[in-house]
Amino acid sequence: MASNHFQNNASASTLSGPPSTGDYITDSVFRAVALTCASLLILLLAYILWEIGGKALPAFKEQGLGFITGTTWNVNEGQFGVLPEIWGTLYSSLLALIIGGIFGVTIAIFLTQDFLGNRFAAVFRTIVELLAAIPSVVFGLWGIYVLIPLLRPAADWLHEHLGFIPLFGTELSGPGLAPAALVLAIMILPTVAAISVDAFRRIPYKVKEAAFGMGTTRWEAILKVMLPTASSGLLAALVLGFGRALGETMALAMLIGNNNQISLSLFAPADTLASLLASNFPEAGAVEVQALMYAAMVLLVITFVVNVIGLAVQQYTMRKFEGKK
Amino acid sequence: MNAMPEAIASDAAVFSPAGDVVIDCNLSKVFYGDFLAVRNSSVPIEKGKITGFIGPSGCGKSTVLRSLNRMNDLIPIFRFEGHVKYHGQDIYGKKVDPVVVRRYIGMVFQQPNPFSMSIYDNVAFGLRLNRFKGDMDERVQRALERAAIWKEVKDKLKNSGLSLSGGQQQRLCIARAIATEPDVLLMDEPCSALDPIATRQIEELMLELKESYTVALVTHNMQQATRVADTTAFFGVDISQGGRTGYLVEMGVTRQIFEDPQEELTKQYVAGEFS
Amino acid sequence: MSEIDLTLLANKQTALPSLHRQFLEPRAMKSGFLTALTWTIAALGSIPLFSVIYMLIIQGGARLDFEALTALPPAGFEDGGGFGNALVGTLVMVGIGGVISIPVGILAAVYLAVLGPHSKLAKTARFVAKTLTGFPSILAGVFTYAILVITFGYSALAGGVSLAVLMLPTVVLAAEEAMRQVPQKMTDAAYGMGCTRTQVILKVVLPTALPGILTGVMLAVAGAAGESAPLLFTALFSNYYISELMEPTASLSILIYNFSAMPFDNQIELAWAASLVLVLIVLVFNILARLLGRPKY
Repeated sequence: MASNHFQNNASASTLSGPPSTGDYITDSVFRAVALTCASLLILLLAYILWEIGGKALPAFKEQGLGFITGTTWNVNEGQFGVLPEIWGTLYSSLLALIIGGIFGVTIAIFLTQDFLGNRFAAVFRTIVELLAAIPSVVFGLWGIYVLIPLLRPAADWLHEHLGFIPLFGTELSGPGLAPAALVLAIMILPTVAAISVDAFRRIPYKVKEAAFGMGTTRWEAILKVMLPTASSGLLAALVLGFGRALGETMALAMLIGNNNQISLSLFAPADTLASLLASNFPEAGAVEVQALMYAAMVLLVITFVVNVIGLAVQQYTMRKFEGKK
Repeated sequence: MNAMPEAIASDAAVFSPAGDVVIDCNLSKVFYGDFLAVRNSSVPIEKGKITGFIGPSGCGKSTVLRSLNRMNDLIPIFRFEGHVKYHGQDIYGKKVDPVVVRRYIGMVFQQPNPFSMSIYDNVAFGLRLNRFKGDMDERVQRALERAAIWKEVKDKLKNSGLSLSGGQQQRLCIARAIATEPDVLLMDEPCSALDPIATRQIEELMLELKESYTVALVTHNMQQATRVADTTAFFGVDISQGGRTGYLVEMGVTRQIFEDPQEELTKQYVAGEFS
Repeated sequence: MSEIDLTLLANKQTALPSLHRQFLEPRAMKSGFLTALTWTIAALGSIPLFSVIYMLIIQGGARLDFEALTALPPAGFEDGGGFGNALVGTLVMVGIGGVISIPVGILAAVYLAVLGPHSKLAKTARFVAKTLTGFPSILAGVFTYAILVITFGYSALAGGVSLAVLMLPTVVLAAEEAMRQVPQKMTDAAYGMGCTRTQVILKVVLPTALPGILTGVMLAVAGAAGESAPLLFTALFSNYYISELMEPTASLSILIYNFSAMPFDNQIELAWAASLVLVLIVLVFNILARLLGRPKY
């Protein structure tokens, strides 16, 4: 404890004194607690990996890599394979990324490149933010009772006339890939739009001035100057959107049909890793739980890899377009 | 932490003030990481006087001031050679807590920095910190009166400290600093963000404050030093080694520094030949 | 146009260029087309929101009454009923999630923003928080299943813990950001008065950053309230009001999920009404986040 002898020499009138013993104890305790909490965060991730990995280990030993290439999920025969789910996860997320990406980035352009007055832009931004606030399960309900009935006539027409194209190879009997991917696209749209808006906002005004000063039209400025300059931020937006799509569960579990098959058709029912977990966990026995833990690990790895690839590409474009190291 | 009197003597004669020395500051080297920011500066702070620090920008005068109450400790890469003694005790001693040092050696900063609390709470902050048991209202009022801001704020003590103008904010910060009656008050260019009228008010305040406090004042403004400082320390910048290293050129009674400087560099500076 | 001195230009070119707007020029047509496309996409993009809101108000609003808010879920062919137990369950589990994640999150953020912002631990923790926000929410459920459900069975506590896992990184990142916004000159002032670091944090940093921290907390709560995937196999569902924390518990989102697949109109109407309530809860917290985010002074 610090000595109190400063007081002896200080002027008599001073009200200052050293912190009390209580202050010192509070200080040490508080700092220790804060340190513990920060460490807890790291431990939490380690614990998550340890627990899921540990519980998946028996299934991993049993099934090996055949789990990833297998196509049947039969509890009674102990056969577990998640290839259809991996396919469904990637296929639905990719479709959602294409649709949601185009919409999200376009809406970001719409919001940042002087298409709207400030007040209208603020209103529209609120609309997009509200979209993000709607729970996944509500979108699922909306998908079942609004989107699917709406899609069915169009899907039937496409199948009838263009059925020779694999994309339209089956009828839309109800739940299926198309409604799932569309809802997924709506759900990732706010994420993509918000991060893209940030990316466009970060472009200094002088860049826009330079483009207009060269005599470009608004669209030439957007396509040739603004988009490339914002590219790394847009890419980050797309990767984050893709990551969200991969892990989205409830809306998909309600809309995709939970059917263990691999098909190119947009109208066929399919399954994803997350909805496999959602629909099978509640009634799973011990052996199936191990297989499900393995499936969770697969999902975790896919999400992780996508994020790492995204980061790498993002850094690459940053170097290329923004001249940063 | 060796003091190096020879090195200091080679640059400037060590100034010894007539009265009691409250802070005996002798910095032979101050580093930020590998960067040598200040060397050979021995600056005694005399009791009951205003000691002014002047010099061109980047000369390390703020660095020296901040080392007097260990504010530099907040910069992890800060280290120094030499000593700073407060009433004869090394404030960088192993057992010394910087928190205690700062309770006795208060500070007013370059930018007015009131907390986002009410005016009253800003002034009472230090009193509460020190568990003051007496009449809080009276103490707050007295501090505000002495900081020459009481009349302007007495009807809006519940308003935010941030709602005041820049000059008022700075006087509020001074009131906050003197409410606990610290022994020494360090002022780091307290008027640099203020207009001339507010500056004049603060200067008058400083002259009153020295009746009861010891003040060390960093200023960029030479006229301000001549108006308020009893003793003046002039710092220069040495760019010979490639970096920018500040050092004490000359220290003495203010009038002597401005009217009869001993060093050529001081002469040029006070004549306004560079800044 | 004739006023403009174009002699320099005229020397090089035989004819003066027209400076008038030309709508049929290819680049102008391209611009017009792209602008129209952008407006169309923006309009299309907002249709789902309006459609969802319309359905919630028409379908959900029609069924939303006192009975729906308080009664227990109906069985198969029953009429009437409600989702009172699910409403309570959601609030209880979000409450548990908040009680765990908010203090831990804010304290961790204190370390990241003030105590050791450049330490290895802080850098790792920051990376972990960002990684966790990117994780699929269902993994929080899988994790909680592994640590709690396998041993103690389905419970409100397990549901709350899984929500806490989801809320924690959001709270940490938002609170850290808010504390970083506190100007250094303010903390300098506090250190200069002789505050210990804890006093600087408790008396200056936290009060000043409070609006920002509350915004983050409210957004985390809003997210957790709408979350369903992790509750599916941690809290499961129950047809009765919650009486203790260690039993299966209903939540609004799981009720919507269960009822949406039922072939009875009554249940589907209730699912819409429950959706409306759920969206309102999420919205209230979102609005709170904005209101509380305004600084006091």
